[in-house]
Amino acid sequence: MNSANELIVHHDSPEEWRPFLELACREVFEIMLGCKLEPYNSADPVPPEFTAMVGLAGQLCGVLTLRCTAKSATLMASKMLGIDPKQADEHMWDALGEVCNMIAGNFKNKLTGMADRCMLSVPTVITGADYSFHALADAGPLEVLFTFEGAPINVALEVHS
Amino acid sequence: MKKIRALIVDDSSVMRKIVERSLRQAGIDLAEVREASNGAEGLGAINEGGVDLILCDINMPVMDGIEFLRQLQGVQNAKNVPVVMITTEGSESHVVQALSVGARGYIRKPFTPEQVKEHVIPLLEEKK
Repeated sequence: MNSANELIVHHDSPEEWRPFLELACREVFEIMLGCKLEPYNSADPVPPEFTAMVGLAGQLCGVLTLRCTAKSATLMASKMLGIDPKQADEHMWDALGEVCNMIAGNFKNKLTGMADRCMLSVPTVITGADYSFHALADAGPLEVLFTFEGAPINVALEVHS
Repeated sequence: MKKIRALIVDDSSVMRKIVERSLRQAGIDLAEVREASNGAEGLGAINEGGVDLILCDINMPVMDGIEFLRQLQGVQNAKNVPVVMITTEGSESHVVQALSVGARGYIRKPFTPEQVKEHVIPLLEEKK
């Protein structure tokens, strides 16, 4: 697998960024959690029990979100820390935020010149599905879906110019 | 190698634990690990004295890693203490900025324990 800094790309359309967003996700899960993400082949939406968000500002402006179930968030913390899932509950917010942060950073570092021209916010994590999301994006989100240890996760990038 | 007193500065408690585990996996004998969730807390921890190695994030609330490095330059207790940045910020300008204000190493997240070893061990060997 190529490292984040070996890829030199320049694409203007968010849809053309899909392979790089997918790769950014896969690298973070493989390197930091020791897990391979699998394709998600269902039409069912991902239950957004937990939503992590990282803002992007500068040449690339918008927000990157990571949505998953509570069980997946706990499992991420468990895998990252190498502890039993039963002991990982208290760490799941922090773990999910950090995974989202690393995906955002890894993704922007793959786009030529973007690492220098785009800043990241610190992550925010929302619990629960009863919220409306409005990101002032120019188009619909660029979404990538995976299965993480049997449960779906959704990573979405909303961009506005 | 002597026992090392490390300071880990990162706003994520999970990341602080991962960095500590990576140091242990690198074979570094840790006598003490202090944690700080931002640069201001990090300066407080340094003022208590007795730190051999600092690992620091960049994007943090209250005081970011670059400002922490700047202020660290005037702290007597931090003289000759190597600082390695561990951050999602991967741009060359961030690397240059960090190195210009005293960082001795720069690791991009996501990272492996081997990368931590490659960056940290030579710095500790230098100090012997």
